Amino acid sequence: MAGITGKDQVLTAYANKLATLDAPKGRSLTQDAVRRLVRNKMAVLSIFVLVAIVLVAFIGPYFVTWGYSQVDWGQIRKPPNFDTGHYFGTDQNGRDMLARVLQGTQMSLIVAAVATFVSVSIGVVYGAVAGYFGGRVDAIMMRIVDIMYALPYILFVIILVVMFGRNPVLLFVGIGAIEWLTMARIVRGQTLSIKEKEFVEAARAGGAKPFTIIMRHIVPNLTGPVVIYATLTIPEIIIAESFLSYLGLGVQEPQTSLGTLISAGAPVAEVMPWLLLAPAVVLVTLLFCLTYIGDGLRDALDPKDR
Amino acid sequence: MLSYAFRRVLSAIPIALIAVTVCFFILRLAPGGPFDGERALPPTVLANLRAHYNLDQPLVVQYFIYVWRLLHGDLGPSMVIDGFNVSQLIAIGFPFTLTMALCAFVIATAIGMLAGMVAAVYQNKWPDYVLVLAVMIGVLIPNFLMAALLQLWFGVYLKWVPAGGWVNGSLMHLILPVTVLAWPHAGRISRLMRGSMIEVLGTNYVRTARSKGLGERLVLSRHAIKPALLPVVSYLGPGLSYLLTGSLAVEQIFGLPGIGKYFVTAALNRDYGVVLGTTILYMFIILALNLIVDLVYAWLDPKVRYR
Repeated sequence: MAGITGKDQVLTAYANKLATLDAPKGRSLTQDAVRRLVRNKMAVLSIFVLVAIVLVAFIGPYFVTWGYSQVDWGQIRKPPNFDTGHYFGTDQNGRDMLARVLQGTQMSLIVAAVATFVSVSIGVVYGAVAGYFGGRVDAIMMRIVDIMYALPYILFVIILVVMFGRNPVLLFVGIGAIEWLTMARIVRGQTLSIKEKEFVEAARAGGAKPFTIIMRHIVPNLTGPVVIYATLTIPEIIIAESFLSYLGLGVQEPQTSLGTLISAGAPVAEVMPWLLLAPAVVLVTLLFCLTYIGDGLRDALDPKDR
Repeated sequence: MLSYAFRRVLSAIPIALIAVTVCFFILRLAPGGPFDGERALPPTVLANLRAHYNLDQPLVVQYFIYVWRLLHGDLGPSMVIDGFNVSQLIAIGFPFTLTMALCAFVIATAIGMLAGMVAAVYQNKWPDYVLVLAVMIGVLIPNFLMAALLQLWFGVYLKWVPAGGWVNGSLMHLILPVTVLAWPHAGRISRLMRGSMIEVLGTNYVRTARSKGLGERLVLSRHAIKPALLPVVSYLGPGLSYLLTGSLAVEQIFGLPGIGKYFVTAALNRDYGVVLGTTILYMFIILALNLIVDLVYAWLDPKVRYR
């Protein structure tokens, strides 16, 4: 008989109450990560500054009266001056430094984005294939990585750039094609452990082809380490690009990049310090922001590793 | 141990050979050659030059000639700088590069370890913060920018040290380049040292050592430092190869007479011999360093030997 002890009534009431209430909200791993990231003040600040730099670099030129390759014949080698409209001064050719710094930042950011994309794509696919197939395939593929590691990388980039001309697109691809090695190693290590998981076995039992398993089941599970490492690769790529430009192997005139501007500014910094300081400040700010964001992401996505 | 070392050395040989092959063909497959100067040479002269350097033969034949010479320790002639062969150029430039890199290596390793230790002991107090900032600056600011800023400040404004150039045997001329080279390395070392030291200071045996009444100094010197050094030791090999490559750039910036000057000019002039020779030299150094690191590892950790 129902309802003698009253227990059923209590339970029914409770069940009704539960039905009308909202279900307790679970927090996904992503939400957890975002929460941790937001709590990291330096990372948040860096994200804001980075977004500001990107916006200014890409929208700013439309508001600057001078073009980056436009010569102002009356204002050559002039320090920053608000009356003439050259807020960062002019270089030896009378070109407005603000416009040139904006263009240089743009170029450095584009190089970083494209090269990172190239290196991440190669590294992830390469590492995942090596890790998934294992055995002899893995041994050979990783030996190749070892060999590429043994080549002094900056020499290799210099050779590539010099031999294949000074085309900016090749510069992007060349830098990206060198920077994927560490990514491939990290991805391979992760893949080795992921491929033993049950869902991969289930996929295999379901008849999925190796390529499908890699692309649909393994690669999505690599997001964390890949995102972290990619963010930390960007500063390295910016440094590599600016170093090549510094040697005169990178972006060519009248186009410019932060490295080119610094290399042009460094020899004359004694008499015209503004030529060095403006691009240097932008470059350093950019690098610091990216590093803080990378560190923040690492702490947020991988809290064990602190 | 001996058989592990033997296996490891054997496995380095094919890597070296393949790397030589890759470098050779990348260099040769690209357009342009060492004799495409500003002034076009008469065709007969050009043909003679090409024949002299075997450039008229098929690429594969050239490759075997090169490898054969390499096995005899001959890096071939320079095709642009008259009367010098590559080994001579390396003998002129490399000792300087090596000296500078080793200087930076010793100084940076010592400073880095010390700083990392201090930061770990004073974790989350002001010495730690100052140090982390110094590390960030060193690691993040690219060496050419750091060089320019230091040159401007200490060389031009304060006039403490010469801003660049080289006078034989002058230590003052080495101060700025070595600082630029050493700072990032010291930064990485101290980061590693700090991390591992913090970990070691949290272990039970350190707590035991403290609880039996040892002074802090004794705890550090007797119990904490040695195990904390392990990750640092494993970074020394890659670190040195990093310094050697990095010194190419620093030489270029400060106008120092190392191998870097030849390398960049040679790459621009398609001086195949010099570019290949330098790259191969660096490759062998890096391979050798990796080998040494692996052997030290195997010596420290028996598990590695029997993999």
